[in-house]
Amino acid sequence: MSNLVKYRIAKSSALKIFTIFLAFVCVVPLIFILLYIIRAGITKINWHFLVNIPKPVGESGGGIANALLGSMIIIGVAALIAIPVGILGGIYLNENKKSRLAYWSRLCVDILQGVPSIVIGIVAYFWLVKPLGGFSALSGSVALAIMMLPIIIRSTEETLKLLPDSLKEAAFALGMPFHRVILKVIVPCGISGILSGVILSVARIAGETAPLLFTAFGNPYISTNITKPMQSLPLLIYNYATSPYNDWLDLAWGASLILLLWVLLLNIITKLTTRRWKVQL
Amino acid sequence: MESTIIRSKNFNAYFGENHVVKNVNIEIPKNHVIAVMGPSGCGKTTYLRCINRMHELIPGATCNGEMVLNDEDVYSMHPIFVRLKIGMVFQRPNPFPNLSIYDNVIAGYKLNGIKLPKGERDKVVEQSLSRAALWKEVKDSLHKKGTFLSGGQQQRLCIARAIAMEPEVLLLDEPTSALDPISTSSVEDLLHELKTNYTLIIVTHNMQQAARVSDRTAFFYMGELVEYDDTKKMFTNPRDNRTQNYITGRFS
Repeated sequence: MSNLVKYRIAKSSALKIFTIFLAFVCVVPLIFILLYIIRAGITKINWHFLVNIPKPVGESGGGIANALLGSMIIIGVAALIAIPVGILGGIYLNENKKSRLAYWSRLCVDILQGVPSIVIGIVAYFWLVKPLGGFSALSGSVALAIMMLPIIIRSTEETLKLLPDSLKEAAFALGMPFHRVILKVIVPCGISGILSGVILSVARIAGETAPLLFTAFGNPYISTNITKPMQSLPLLIYNYATSPYNDWLDLAWGASLILLLWVLLLNIITKLTTRRWKVQL
Repeated sequence: MESTIIRSKNFNAYFGENHVVKNVNIEIPKNHVIAVMGPSGCGKTTYLRCINRMHELIPGATCNGEMVLNDEDVYSMHPIFVRLKIGMVFQRPNPFPNLSIYDNVIAGYKLNGIKLPKGERDKVVEQSLSRAALWKEVKDSLHKKGTFLSGGQQQRLCIARAIAMEPEVLLLDEPTSALDPISTSSVEDLLHELKTNYTLIIVTHNMQQAARVSDRTAFFYMGELVEYDDTKKMFTNPRDNRTQNYITGRFS
């Protein structure tokens, strides 16, 4: 009898150790990637690197200012497009859970999430680049906005779903019209979840290269005109990392580290907003 | 002669095909406490929610018949006006978790975009909280979140929020069912005092509560209004067999 119990205890601890081991395995790749990129990139980053544009082949030095600024503009415009559409779409899905339109749009959102980013890039190319007659940052923003949409919509919907119906009833019973119930009660109570969805979606698209290849296209100079080609961090990394020049490879490593830190920072901000803005129900 | 504030005539309510309130005729006098009692699922809450048109917010819910507030048909008014005139307190306390106690009380103004001067705002808050017998307990923590209060305090906060809008009628849907006995008795005491300013309709499946707080009682059974009379008479000498059985506890 006691042997049987001992066997079960042993089995139990074996499983426990196994899960701990696997959890550790999940972390290892990230640690390796981080260490590798930090080691290769940290020496390249300095003030000069952040405020200068790349030098032509053969000249040493240069920086990634054009890509940094470009990334910010492209992502900013994408967010301007995707945030209102995504949040309002999520509100609709939560308010009309059973309607036919909600069923189909939920399905479409799920499928959209699975569409390869390169396909979205091609679509943006045919929608915007061809009709407008040239590559532009705007077309890249549209492609990225399409990628952000499903994340924002679903996280908004999931957040609002958790709010109790009694909250909405309290608001309606005070004679509030629908738009005020949504804007003054439902959205403020779910703001932490909505915000974290938005920030996560920005983190998700910050490193996207494929949709930008034939939309934003890239630009070796600083540009702030969204109707013209513009450089971005992932594009710079893609182009320079495949080049044969050591100076350019260095730039790519430095840019990789910046991009990585950016995404890391956004994830940390997400965690903080969730905590800071959480409404205790 | 007392004046009637709410009158229903041949009133029916449905959830889809389900007929939950059947042909109810009732006249509710001003400045009285009316208890609506009956076993679970008898349509009493549904009837209450029809009075301020909350029923129709549920998908598939419909109703017909006459529902009159002060000679005006509720169902031809805009629901927003109806709900401004007929306040409601729910079964579970539901203060707005994103607002302070102060803002919860004036939520009906603040969230509706009605601007009040600061002095008047303070007056409304103090008056409503005093009437809801909560002022003394919270006057030093008005800017803490409403959810910081205990359940009983939260429910009185919800009552304060409803009466801050100066409604003519206050509907209470089992307001004490989620509360402990002490909070329950403070809410019940409150109903007595509120009667001078408002007409109160309280749904309860607690018979003692109906007997304690109300002037008149309506007994619902299986969606029908079985009996509606003075509370004293109803509990001592009911006319209908089903009422007799219910108040003597032969079925529940």
